[in-house]
Amino acid sequence: MSQSPSSYDEMFEADGTVRPAYAGYREWLHGQDAASLRRKGIEAESFFRRTGITFNVYGDTAGEERLIPFDMIPRIITAREWRKLTKGIEQRVRALNAFLHDIYHRQEIVRAGRVPQRLIAENAAYLPQMVGMVPPGGVYTHIVGIDLVRTGPDEFMVLEDNARTPSGVSYMLENRETMMAMFPELFTKVSVRPVQDYPRRLAKSLAACAPACAGDRPTVAVLTPGIYNSAYFEHAFLADQMGAELVEGSDLRVVDGRVAMRTTRGYTPVDVIYRRVDDEYLDPLTFNPNSALGVPGIMDIYRAGGITIANAPGTGIADDKAIYSFMPEIVEFYTGEKPLLQNVPTWRCSEKDSLAYVLDNLADLVVKEVHGSGGYGMLIGPTASKKEIAAFAQKLKAKPANYIAQPTLSLSTVPIFAKSGLAPRHVDLRPFVLVSPQGIDITPGGLTRVALKKGSLVVNSSQGGGTKDSWVLED
Amino acid sequence: MLGRTANGTFWMARYLERAENTARLIEAGFRMALTRDAATAHEEWRSVITTVGQTGLFEELYGQDYAGDRVWNFLLRDKGNPGSVLAMIEAARSNARSVRTALTREVWEAVNETWMVLTEALSRPVREALLGQVLATIRRQATLVRGAFDGSMLRNEAYNFSRLGTFIERGDNTARILDVKYYVLLPSVAWVGSSLDNVQWESVLRSVAGDRAYRWLNAGAMDPRGIADFLLLDRRFPRSLHFCIDKLRSNLAGLAHEYGHESEAHELMRGLGTRFHETGIEGIFDFGLHEFIQDFIAANQQVAQAIERDYRFYA
Repeated sequence: MSQSPSSYDEMFEADGTVRPAYAGYREWLHGQDAASLRRKGIEAESFFRRTGITFNVYGDTAGEERLIPFDMIPRIITAREWRKLTKGIEQRVRALNAFLHDIYHRQEIVRAGRVPQRLIAENAAYLPQMVGMVPPGGVYTHIVGIDLVRTGPDEFMVLEDNARTPSGVSYMLENRETMMAMFPELFTKVSVRPVQDYPRRLAKSLAACAPACAGDRPTVAVLTPGIYNSAYFEHAFLADQMGAELVEGSDLRVVDGRVAMRTTRGYTPVDVIYRRVDDEYLDPLTFNPNSALGVPGIMDIYRAGGITIANAPGTGIADDKAIYSFMPEIVEFYTGEKPLLQNVPTWRCSEKDSLAYVLDNLADLVVKEVHGSGGYGMLIGPTASKKEIAAFAQKLKAKPANYIAQPTLSLSTVPIFAKSGLAPRHVDLRPFVLVSPQGIDITPGGLTRVALKKGSLVVNSSQGGGTKDSWVLED
Repeated sequence: MLGRTANGTFWMARYLERAENTARLIEAGFRMALTRDAATAHEEWRSVITTVGQTGLFEELYGQDYAGDRVWNFLLRDKGNPGSVLAMIEAARSNARSVRTALTREVWEAVNETWMVLTEALSRPVREALLGQVLATIRRQATLVRGAFDGSMLRNEAYNFSRLGTFIERGDNTARILDVKYYVLLPSVAWVGSSLDNVQWESVLRSVAGDRAYRWLNAGAMDPRGIADFLLLDRRFPRSLHFCIDKLRSNLAGLAHEYGHESEAHELMRGLGTRFHETGIEGIFDFGLHEFIQDFIAANQQVAQAIERDYRFYA
């Protein structure tokens, strides 16, 4: 699909005038020469390699590590836009937590007929083990990533909620570090709100969710599947920045009714686990018995209140794409307010009329698997061949409930620094949200992902997307 | 600190030290081979392979063909050799990655850069003309990591475990070199004092980077007993056994101080230290140089195993 002429560019108006948000940056950019910028770009890449800011791609040759391409033109959000966004995000995250509490307890929303029973009962992400238990501090989603797309000056929409283990926050932080190292003078010209204290805020937020049995200074550990996991760099980075232990399943075991880690002095209890391991692998005694990544018996300790698991097991039910289509109802049901942030219009293929519409309009729609993630297993109608569309239609007819469809959005663009100079590319934005009994904390910024190919709408790093530093301007 | 993290810092250091030692062995072997006829050169390369304990694997792959370029490529980069310099650098980097939080950024970056540089330098078979350069790169990278480590790490348990790994490995390495070449240093051999001896002695010294230090201390005079004394007992030379023992004792003392108690490794180490302190070079030769070295290798290994147990390296 070639870039639609109607795409909203965040830096330039249609006539080429720079928008106010980018005025300060643009002025600075004018004073730079292209060759030296290009050199800086190469330096940045070698910096990422040396520092080991890489991710592993599944299915590639074992151990291959790739860089996520970094583009040096920042993505800029004004203070006013950000204020509006944070209100919407806060409302949405509050609703997500209330929804999770409800469906693991009385299921009022189902009784009220607002969300169909089958979507919950038949959902693999719904964990019966969580029924009737309240996680320490009452928090289900301690860390949330809300994926936003923009289609116009005031039109931000939620594309996806990430309520399990959203990743990418290390790129938000390293991109800022890189920008500050490359262009220190830029930050004296433009006032950008800092993101660097995210790890400290994360540590504080996690500690505030510690179980009652924890002492004054709760022990927090980051649980990683290990060095071959695609996001291992991020796990190590966050543990390092928080001053927390980075543990693997084999470091943990249940000792005297607590989950404890094997230290050089013996087993020491852990109070809060920030786990980057999927539900399925968390406890071989409860879930997948072949898992070597988890801790046998951790779910029993969890249910007895001996440890906090962040995010709580079973939160995946809230970011499922079929549930997503009900988010406007969910927000309204629990907050009593109209949603401040809109959903992307979504057709549920499980519904007969919608399926018929989707099948008739495949060439114009984006169709996604309900449980898929990372841009895998989806159809982008406008760029797909006739053959691909026909093949997808078969899959869709065989299992309609597995799919949702959305219109192909005209995502906003921000320029990248291409060989030929500035060139507009489609972007999205993932702000990171921390939830604790003390409140909801949104770091001003987030991860901007950018489709590097001209016209492409796919921003996922596993599919060749890049990232940008995301700036929220000071008032 | 996690037992797994202690394990990772310990082995990161061991692999780095072993990679560097292998490079030094190749360097000594290469120099030796250059000055000899083909048959003797093959013998020299054979003894290099024996020293690293890879005779079985090498002969399984290449039979008795101890050609120089075959041997150094086997030791540097052979995919079939899990103990190649390249494999060890990969293992060191993998350990460093898994204990990323226990290392400073500088140390991690130095290890990561070493891996990047050597992966590139060893991506193709190393020709004779480039061998010197490749070996120098390995030494330089090892020095870089050592410098980053020394200059940026807190003197805490992660530091101590890592240093223990370094000196366990280094002592083992020097002892193995001596174990393969001990006969060169025995006074009973008939051709003592010949120029051949001088070359052999120098090669032993060179493989532990001790040739210049020894010459400086002895005004250029070579004698086998003096060399043995130097490599075993000289506490000033950073690759002598006694130096390694001193360092192990001090790093173990650091741990005891931090933990408030000693462990089995401390006990074993004390025994080894006493033996070195009380036995002079005369006593060693009376006891049997070969036997003494063998005893050391076993005791050093026991200390390593005690450390792994005492500090819960494994579940």
